[in-house]
Amino acid sequence: MSAYIAKRLLAAIPVLFGLTVIVFLIMAMIPGDPATAILGSYATPENVARLNRQLGLDKTLVEQYVIWLGNMLQGDFGRSYTLNRPVIDEVMERFSATLVLAGTSLLLCSVFGLIAGVVSAVRQFSFTDKIITFVVLIGISVPSFWLGLLLILVFAVNLRWFPASGMFAIYGGGDLPDLLYHLALPAVTLAVVATGVIARLTRTAMLEVLRQDFIRTARAKGVTENAVIYRHAFKAALVTVIPVIGIQAGFVLGGAVYIETVFQWPGIGSMLVKAISTRDLLLVQGGVLVVAAAYVLFNLAADVVQTLLDPRLR
Amino acid sequence: MKTLLATAMTIAALAFASPSLAQTPPNVLIVGQIAEPKSLDPHAVTAVNDFRILMNVYDGLVRYKDGTLEVESALAESWTISDDGTVYTFSLRDGITFHDGTPFNAEAVKFNFERMLDEDHPFHDTGPFPLAFFFSAVDTVTADDELTVEFKLKEPYAPFLSNLAYPTGLIVSPEAVKQYGKDFGRHPTGTGAYKFAEWDANAKVVVSRNEDYWDGAPSLEAVIYRPITDANTRIAEMLSGGLDIMVEVPPDSLQQFRSDDAFVVHEQAGPHLWFLILNAKEGPFAKKEIRQAANYAINKKALVDNILQGTAEVAAGPTPPAFAWAYNDGLSPYPYDPEKAKAMLQEAGYDGGEVTFYVTEGGSGMLDPVAMGTAIQADLEAVGMDVKIETYEWNTFLGKVNPGLEGKADLAEMAWMTNDPDTLPFLALRTGAWPDKGGFNSGYYSNPKVDELLEKARRATDQDERAGLYKEMQEIVREDAPWVFVANWKQNAVTKASVEDFKLQPSFFLMLQKVAKPQ
Repeated sequence: MSAYIAKRLLAAIPVLFGLTVIVFLIMAMIPGDPATAILGSYATPENVARLNRQLGLDKTLVEQYVIWLGNMLQGDFGRSYTLNRPVIDEVMERFSATLVLAGTSLLLCSVFGLIAGVVSAVRQFSFTDKIITFVVLIGISVPSFWLGLLLILVFAVNLRWFPASGMFAIYGGGDLPDLLYHLALPAVTLAVVATGVIARLTRTAMLEVLRQDFIRTARAKGVTENAVIYRHAFKAALVTVIPVIGIQAGFVLGGAVYIETVFQWPGIGSMLVKAISTRDLLLVQGGVLVVAAAYVLFNLAADVVQTLLDPRLR
Repeated sequence: MKTLLATAMTIAALAFASPSLAQTPPNVLIVGQIAEPKSLDPHAVTAVNDFRILMNVYDGLVRYKDGTLEVESALAESWTISDDGTVYTFSLRDGITFHDGTPFNAEAVKFNFERMLDEDHPFHDTGPFPLAFFFSAVDTVTADDELTVEFKLKEPYAPFLSNLAYPTGLIVSPEAVKQYGKDFGRHPTGTGAYKFAEWDANAKVVVSRNEDYWDGAPSLEAVIYRPITDANTRIAEMLSGGLDIMVEVPPDSLQQFRSDDAFVVHEQAGPHLWFLILNAKEGPFAKKEIRQAANYAINKKALVDNILQGTAEVAAGPTPPAFAWAYNDGLSPYPYDPEKAKAMLQEAGYDGGEVTFYVTEGGSGMLDPVAMGTAIQADLEAVGMDVKIETYEWNTFLGKVNPGLEGKADLAEMAWMTNDPDTLPFLALRTGAWPDKGGFNSGYYSNPKVDELLEKARRATDQDERAGLYKEMQEIVREDAPWVFVANWKQNAVTKASVEDFKLQPSFFLMLQKVAKPQ
């Protein structure tokens, strides 16, 4: 197993390296440059040239990339021109905020998705199944940013139960209850779609497993129905569901981009959107690298769990 | 299942139970900003969003008089200008200290400008200073004595004083720059009414009352700036009580705040112009009559009332009325007269050929550019012009428009916000400002008389004389119609009803020195 993990991790290195090259090229190809973005109305060719020189952007693309790569390998991700602080500080702060949000969402969607899927499958075609299917389909179809605004309107503006934005209270606060209080709306919003997907998939997987011979054998041996469902069928169905949860982790990270914007969550998604529009190359580079590395790790983790659950893969 | 759900709901309800949302405390003002500040070093930033903090933490030698764009004394008590307009001598206010306790004096002023302008200055590397060219006319800065500082200019440059009132002219503590170096922008130290207290990245910037402020300590204990980039979220936060002031309210939401007694809506026209650049070098707009016809054809009143929902006023010429002293109030906007436009087009021999119109998706001061572009297209088509729109993201758009429209487009949207009546026409209407000469005259307008007036106005040090020159320029430009003059934006803000003595300024700076919020 550890050899397998090491191999997978090694294989990720060229992927991440290629990614940095692509990001660099794309950022160089899209029109507009950071100096113009910073100067705005005052971007005369003369001012742009002077600022580019001060920012070190007058060097060739290859030179810039080599300098960046050399520094990066020594742990220096450079300084953001739009935030005037080290990229690594900003990225790490932002990424931990995203992890809190995405992690909570992933937990919510796994728990509720699995429960809903199992209940649906066990009581196939019952009233409960229909209600769950109906709710789940709505959940999958609703655009998350719209749902986010709706939740803000109902729970923050009208009922005033939850705050509309931010991660901690502006005045006082800063402890765990404060965080949970601010986390509630964005985490639920972000979890809704993934919950639906996991629920649907769990239902299908469970139905398939429940029809298999070993389940019939178990029932024939007189195993109680609960044990059949939870000990035998559910465990087998998980093998199909786990990789999907891994993929959902990626979607949750991606979905965080607009949920973070709607809820002003100080995460890496909203940071990347802003960095791209202001052409803050080093910040984009650092942010994308961290997100990509996380994505690779999530998928690896899902594969490992799957291997552990499914004896056929060992 | 049911039990499980019920348990989960109960736990959630218990964990999140909070009787009502905490209101903002008295004597602390919470301001909803549109973005995280880039830096709190006034010489390193360019965004109005950052200026809203800086103007309350620092002072300049001079500042804009309340409610105007005219310069008055601040850290400098008085000043004299030599007859040839090249030497400015300032007498500084005595007994002022920076927030770090170090004295404000002539040497400090000298340090500030040399850091920005002299590439060999030991602290020049704490930049870059993108707007340092505001002071590129400065040749030397000399500290004559403790409280006298002299600026020698390379040539007469009349906008110098109003540039000193701009955030790029704010004075920072030299000792703090020496102590923090490149990180000074995260440890701002000035002489202003509020002292920097805390910057919690992506959450808030806190500044607190400066008890020793030379112009009287403010009544507020602290101001907290919160960055909330999404406008809808900002509105929700304002409505749910988490903000005391919100700036840049989208037109759609103003009505909602107006009809609610808990809020007060503030509006103030500023030095902003929204216009269309016409390509005067080639194509139909090379003819003055066709450029004028476009000015008649576009229903500016409808744009301002319907699309901008009253958040702007119809513009009459190239200079915004907010520059009251330099504005020619004899000018009236081109009236909406499609019949006249049709007749002029026919007379000028317009052949119905297609014109390309550059529209942007958004950008600094561009208001609602896509909707505006579409409505303008409809107005021009109504008088028989065949208009093709090309839409670009802001930075791409600038990359296309700034090098000039030749060979690419016939008209383009544009907006400028400036601090002196010199800036926009000097950079965008002179022959010497054609793109190949490093300016922003992307439509290649050229009139030797306008060039002469603008050059002369820049050299004149007497405000009345300058005003006369600008007024004459505005008349000629209105007649020549190198642009379609569309709108002057009114900045807006919403405050809670409990906020007292708040006022927006024509400079678009957010001045909070006199604001109170006792409850």
